[in-house]
Amino acid sequence: MSVSKKLTVSASPHVRSSATATGIMLDVIIALIPSLIAATVIFGYRVLMITIVTVGSAVLSEYLCRKVMKRHNTIGDLSAVVTGLLLGFNLPVSIPLWMAAIGSVVAIVVVKQMFGGIGQNFVNPALVGRIVLMASFPTQMATWAAKSQFIDVSTTASPLSQLKTMFTEGSISFSGDMPKLWQMLVGLRLGSVGEVCAAALILGGIYLIIRRVISPAIPLTYIGTVALIMLIAGKGNLTFVAYHLLSGGLMLGAIFMATDYSTTPINFKGKLIFGVGCGLLTAMIRLFGSLPEGVSFSIIIMNILVPHIERLTTPKPFGTPKEEKKKKEAEAK
Amino acid sequence: MKGYSASGILSAVKEGRGGVFVAHSKNTQDCACVRFPNPEKVVLPMQQHIGAPCEPVVKAGDEVKVGQLIADTDKFVSAPIHATVSGKVTAVGDVKLPNGVISKAVTIESDGEMAVFEGIEPPKVSSRDDFVKAVRASGLVGLGGAGFPTHVKLAFSPDKNIDTLVVNAAECEPYITVDYRECLDNSEYVIRGILALKQYLGFKQVVIAVEDNKPKAIDKLSETIKKLAPEDHSIRIMALKSKYPQGAEKMMVLSATGRKVPPGKLPADVGCVVMNVASVAFIARYLETGKPLVSRSLTVDGSAIHTPQNVRVPIGTSIDSIIEFCGGFKEEPFKIITGGPMMGLAIIGTDLPVLKQNNAILAFADGTFKVKPETDCIRCGRCAEACPMSLMPTLVARFAKAKDVNSLQKSGVVVCMECGSCSYVCPAGKPLVQHMRLAKSILREAGAKK
Repeated sequence: MSVSKKLTVSASPHVRSSATATGIMLDVIIALIPSLIAATVIFGYRVLMITIVTVGSAVLSEYLCRKVMKRHNTIGDLSAVVTGLLLGFNLPVSIPLWMAAIGSVVAIVVVKQMFGGIGQNFVNPALVGRIVLMASFPTQMATWAAKSQFIDVSTTASPLSQLKTMFTEGSISFSGDMPKLWQMLVGLRLGSVGEVCAAALILGGIYLIIRRVISPAIPLTYIGTVALIMLIAGKGNLTFVAYHLLSGGLMLGAIFMATDYSTTPINFKGKLIFGVGCGLLTAMIRLFGSLPEGVSFSIIIMNILVPHIERLTTPKPFGTPKEEKKKKEAEAK
Repeated sequence: MKGYSASGILSAVKEGRGGVFVAHSKNTQDCACVRFPNPEKVVLPMQQHIGAPCEPVVKAGDEVKVGQLIADTDKFVSAPIHATVSGKVTAVGDVKLPNGVISKAVTIESDGEMAVFEGIEPPKVSSRDDFVKAVRASGLVGLGGAGFPTHVKLAFSPDKNIDTLVVNAAECEPYITVDYRECLDNSEYVIRGILALKQYLGFKQVVIAVEDNKPKAIDKLSETIKKLAPEDHSIRIMALKSKYPQGAEKMMVLSATGRKVPPGKLPADVGCVVMNVASVAFIARYLETGKPLVSRSLTVDGSAIHTPQNVRVPIGTSIDSIIEFCGGFKEEPFKIITGGPMMGLAIIGTDLPVLKQNNAILAFADGTFKVKPETDCIRCGRCAEACPMSLMPTLVARFAKAKDVNSLQKSGVVVCMECGSCSYVCPAGKPLVQHMRLAKSILREAGAKK
C-alpha cells in the first residue's frame, strides 16, 4: 500500500495517555459507591431516593444551564453526577426531596455554571448547596430522626456536642450513651447520610489514591492536623481524638470535598498548606465555635484562599539558583 | 551486576520530579542494523544541523565519490556536508525540509559503485585543537535528534573547568532502538570514543547513562569497559529509571552529576558536556578511518510498516525508498513521523531525504493513537506534576491565550524544552505543548519589540 490519502500532520506529542476527565469522575463515583451502599443499609432505601433526586436535578440543571448559556454540553464529563452524589451525602435522611433538589440547583447553577463550569468554580458546589439549605431550612437540616433498625434515636445524643461539652467543662470521660468507637467506624450513629460510615469513606479514599486520582497530601494533613489539636485539647486522651476523627463530616470532607480539583491548590506545597488550614479551622470551630461542626465552613474558607496559597507556592522553574529565588521573593513582596 | 543496581537506586533518589511513563514499544530492539542497498539518488540539504547553512562547493555535472566534501561554510556553528554516494551531481537547488523550511540542496545520482573518495585518510590528531578540527571536518552533528554541531560543544577552553562527559544512551523516546543497538553492536567504538574524548579534552569523569529497561546494553558496555580500559575507574555506567524524558540534556546532567543547569544556561556552565552515544562511537570510527558522516542508523517502525527494523542508510536517501525497503506499508499510513512519538515531527509526505539528525521513521495506521477530544481544564494538576522543568503548563496556557507578557515572563516558560509530557498526561486532551510554544513566541516578539 502506498500513501494515497493525505497524511495527518499535527504537533508533537503524537501519543497521549488514556486518562480523560470523564474517567477521573467515574473513578470518584466508584469510590463513593461503598459509602452509598453503607448509607442505604444504615438509613434505609430513602437514601437512594435522595441520591436519585440530587444527582438527577444536578445533571438536569447542568444540561439546561449549558443550553440556556449556548455552550457545549458538559454533562458527559460526569462531574455533575459527582456533585449530586456529594450533596446527597451531606443531607439528613429525613430531608424533603424537593429541598434536596433545590440544593443541587444552587450547587450547579449558581456555584458552578455561573462561574464558567467545570474547573472554574472557586468554592465547592456541593458544600455551598448544603450551606444554603442549612441557612434556608435550619430545622429540616438539623433533624436527625432516622427510621433505622440499627440506631436507637431516643438514646443516642450527638457525639460532637458531647465532645464539646467535655472540652468546655474540662473533664474528659465517656458515658454509656455515646456510640461505641466501632459503631462510629461502621456508621451506626446519627449524621448526614454519607458521612457516618468512616470505614466505607476511607476505602473509597484508598481507591482514589491508588488510582492516582487524588494525592494523599490533603486528606493526611487535614486529618492529621485535627488529630494533633484534639490530642492537645483532650490532654493526650486518644479516645477523645478517635471520636473527633470519626465524628461529623471530617472523613467525607477530608477525602472527597477538600480534594476537589477546581477548588484546591495544584502544587504539593499548596496542598499541604490547604490541608493544615482546613484542619486548624475545623478544630477551632469544633472546640470554640457555636456550631457543633465546622468541616463545610473550613473547606469553603480555605477554597477562597486558594489563589493566594497558589501564588505563594508556585515552584520556581528547574535550576533557578537559590539567591535568585530569594531575590524574586523579595521583589514579590 | 550489583554495581549498576546500586547506582540505579542512587539515580532514583537523585532523580528530579516530573516526567511520565509512556509505553516503551521497543519492537525493534532485537534487530541489528541492516545495511540499506545503494540508493539511486540522494538529496543533501545544506541545512542538516542547528546553525548556519552550508554553501555547495560542487555544481551540477560534477562527479563525486563517497566522503567527498560537497558543502561547507566558514561560520563556526555549522557542519560540513559530504557526498554519501558516488556518482554525478544532477542538481543544486531548493528543496523542502520535513519542518517546512526551504533549503538549498545537492542532488547526487548514484553510479552504483559507492566508490570511496581517494582523499580519505585518518586525521592526524596530536592536540586538543587538532581533535576539535577533526570533529568539525567529519561533519558530525548530534545524532540523537537535535542536530547540534558536535565540535561546537567540544571547543571549550581548557580553563573552563569542564570535568564531566555524559554519554546519553537513555533513548527515552518510545519505539526508537538505534542507540540501544549501538551499545550492543558497537560497544567497542563507544568506549574508544570515550577514551579519545578523555585523552584530548581532559574529562575527569565519564557517565554513560542508560535507562534501566535496557539491561543488556548496560552489561555489554560494562564488559567492554573492563576489556578496553581495565585500569580506568573514571568511566561509570548509570542505570536511570525508565521514565520519559530521562534523555533530555538537563535531566541527564542532573541524574549523572546532581548538578542543575540554571534557566538559559548550558550543561557546559555546570561543567558538563552531554553527547549522544552514537555520536561518541562515530568519533572513534572517524579517528580510525577518516570517513566522514555519510550514513546513519534509523529505526523504521510503527503499525503501518510491514517489517519494522533498524536500517543503516546513506544520508539523503528518500524516506520513500527506505519504507519500501522495509516491505512498504501493510496498512494505509495515517501519520508519518521522523523521530519519536513524543517529540518527533509529523511529515507531509514521504518524498523527503533522511537528514543527519533523524533517528527514526515511524508510520502509523489510523487508530493507533487514540485522539482525545479537547474538554475543559479540570485543574487536576497532572501537567504541573509531569513537567520536568517545574512549570505550570495549565497556567502558562491561560497566560498565552491572554497574551499576558508580564505573567509569561514570571512563569519561566523559556526553560520549556517541549518534551510533551504535559500534553501526554492531560486528561482534558489539551494541546499544552502548543500553548507553551505560543507562549515562547509571544515572549520572543515582545523581546524583539523592546
